[in-house]
Amino acid sequence: MSRREGLEISAACAEAVALADVDVIAAYPITPQTHIVEHLARKVADGLLDAEYILAESEHSAMSCCIGSSAAGARTFTATAGPGLALMSEMLFVASGLRLPVVMALVNRTLSSPLSIWGDQSDVMSVRDCGWIVFFAENGQEVFDMTIQAFRIAEDERVLFPAMVCLDGFHLSHLVEPVEILDREEVDSFLPPYNPKYRLDPHNPTTMGAFAPPEFFSEIKKRQDEELRSSYHVILEVWGEWEKRFGRSYAPLSQYRSEDAEVILLMAGAFAGTARLAIDRLREKGLRVGLASLKLWRPFPREYLVDALGRAEVVCVVDRALSVGGAGGPIANELRAAFHDVADCPRVVSFVAGLSGRDIMVEGFMEMMEKALSYARDEEMPYYEMYGVRE
Amino acid sequence: MERESSRKKFALKRLPLEEYFSPGHRGCQGCGITIAFRHILKAMGPNTVIAEATGCGQVISSPYPQSAWRVPWIHTAFENAAATAAGIEAAYKALMRKGRIAEERINVVALAGDGGTADIGLQALSGALERGHDLVFICYDNEAYMNTGIQRSGLTPFGASTTTSPAGRFSKGQSTWKKDMLAIVAAHRIPYVATASISHIRDLYEKVTKAVEARGPAYLHIFTTCPTGWRCPPDKSVEIARLAVETGVFNLFEIVEGQKRLTYKVSKRRPVDEYLKAQGRFRHLTDEDIAYIQKRLDEEYEELLGQSGGPVGGY
Repeated sequence: MSRREGLEISAACAEAVALADVDVIAAYPITPQTHIVEHLARKVADGLLDAEYILAESEHSAMSCCIGSSAAGARTFTATAGPGLALMSEMLFVASGLRLPVVMALVNRTLSSPLSIWGDQSDVMSVRDCGWIVFFAENGQEVFDMTIQAFRIAEDERVLFPAMVCLDGFHLSHLVEPVEILDREEVDSFLPPYNPKYRLDPHNPTTMGAFAPPEFFSEIKKRQDEELRSSYHVILEVWGEWEKRFGRSYAPLSQYRSEDAEVILLMAGAFAGTARLAIDRLREKGLRVGLASLKLWRPFPREYLVDALGRAEVVCVVDRALSVGGAGGPIANELRAAFHDVADCPRVVSFVAGLSGRDIMVEGFMEMMEKALSYARDEEMPYYEMYGVRE
Repeated sequence: MERESSRKKFALKRLPLEEYFSPGHRGCQGCGITIAFRHILKAMGPNTVIAEATGCGQVISSPYPQSAWRVPWIHTAFENAAATAAGIEAAYKALMRKGRIAEERINVVALAGDGGTADIGLQALSGALERGHDLVFICYDNEAYMNTGIQRSGLTPFGASTTTSPAGRFSKGQSTWKKDMLAIVAAHRIPYVATASISHIRDLYEKVTKAVEARGPAYLHIFTTCPTGWRCPPDKSVEIARLAVETGVFNLFEIVEGQKRLTYKVSKRRPVDEYLKAQGRFRHLTDEDIAYIQKRLDEEYEELLGQSGGPVGGY
């Protein structure tokens, strides 16, 4: 039987990894990911998890170890944050290209410089095109659920892509919340052992990671893209099964009071929790506003977003990442691209806020939504606005 | 010479007939790397898995859709052969312990060139050695980034002209001495460290066997001629490697549990100019430069003789 427990969310993530019975963990400690790797080290030390734990000397090596381990047929996990993701970024592309179902917890942290250990989503946005499945969690329960789901989805023979679960640094990683922890039987019944068709096996030698001359490269990449996009159907299927078994439903967007909304606030991660309160307050004032919290970033759920957000007049996107020298937040820009050939589509207003752990209060979300509406109706709309910056 | 030929016969008799590195690869004529690979795999046998760094040896052996490898092989990037191999080793360990694959001895090998070992790959190598993975790291040293067009590395010898350390009016070519990889590796106090050369196959074969038998990390540094980059005739490849040993440019030794031992003692070392003059990369060196190199080699050889039989490195 599952049990409901007050847990630090990093510990909930470690519980999920242990229940998934991973074979190999390779990681390098970095704030604010440290509690996850500490909890896992403790589990291995106490014999609660039978895994090889490689304490790599860098994130680049950690991801390289994960690739070797996964290629040898082991269920493999790592966790990192911000600059650690940047250091391993070369290997993220390799893991995807080799179709290895490594699972990673990415504790979102900003990228230097200036040096900052606090959270935002500029890390994950810097590797948008690395070919991983990317989930965003909003709370501890989602971190736990998505971590287990990630193994099942990544290892599905129709998928075979690495997957990362994003959780906001500190705002989620260091928060204590009640989380329903499944028991071993429940997880085992959902997640079969990893038994790959292709692995490094002396009894059946294979060559992995050959170099591809130009006459093959594009074909291989096209297939990678098509198959990552079609993993969407498996993701929905696995989410459907999760709901049937455990009662919690998942979709590319988690929506709140958005049915009849004129303004929909779109964002990813923990801050959507605060945004819900802002929605209620504006509803009390008579404004028809709603929330859409993004759960699936890659494969990009284009059609789902167009369908779910298309009826609104304005979509107010709050990105916790800045495309320096670009024009707007990354989620806003992908949404604009998704709508570009859709008639009567909503205006997309882009705000960048909450960088490097700066809080966005309820009033902030209210102001951004009101501003978005007035930009869309009355004024010339800026490419994007950085919200809450001191002049 | 008589002793030499009896060794050769002995080695040939012992060499397995099986080929695990297939012909048809794309190595240049006279490529020392392929000679090394072929014999390493003969010594290791089929229960071997290789993680290879980007470089000459990788590019010539794996042009999709072909592969020269008859053992499982993976390439992931340039700087991480040791880390990739470490992941493989950990995976086998976990899967065997958990009863998911059969218990058996699998030789896990990391393979990298001089750049992938001593420059860009040094951190991953150090990490894997320090953590004590049961693997063999093999450096095939052709003394420059040959695959990308003969650029200097930290293992390019003093005086060699490369495309990024060209000899010129104000340059004698490479201005630094070869990085002492063996001392760096030995300082990690791993069970087995050795040098080997494609000119001394029996010695190489035995060292590969010892490296595989060692429990924990082992390191082999193999001298592999590159006729293309060294500007020498392809049919002189093995001869030049032999000259490197006989002049003391590249000494054959091993460090077992901290004890250093010369495995091939040259009774009368030949002068280094025989070695240098056989290669275009040293063509520009003056008699004075050659005398300087000779002096340093003499000193190094004396030091090596002094250490032989005694503790070295970080021990």
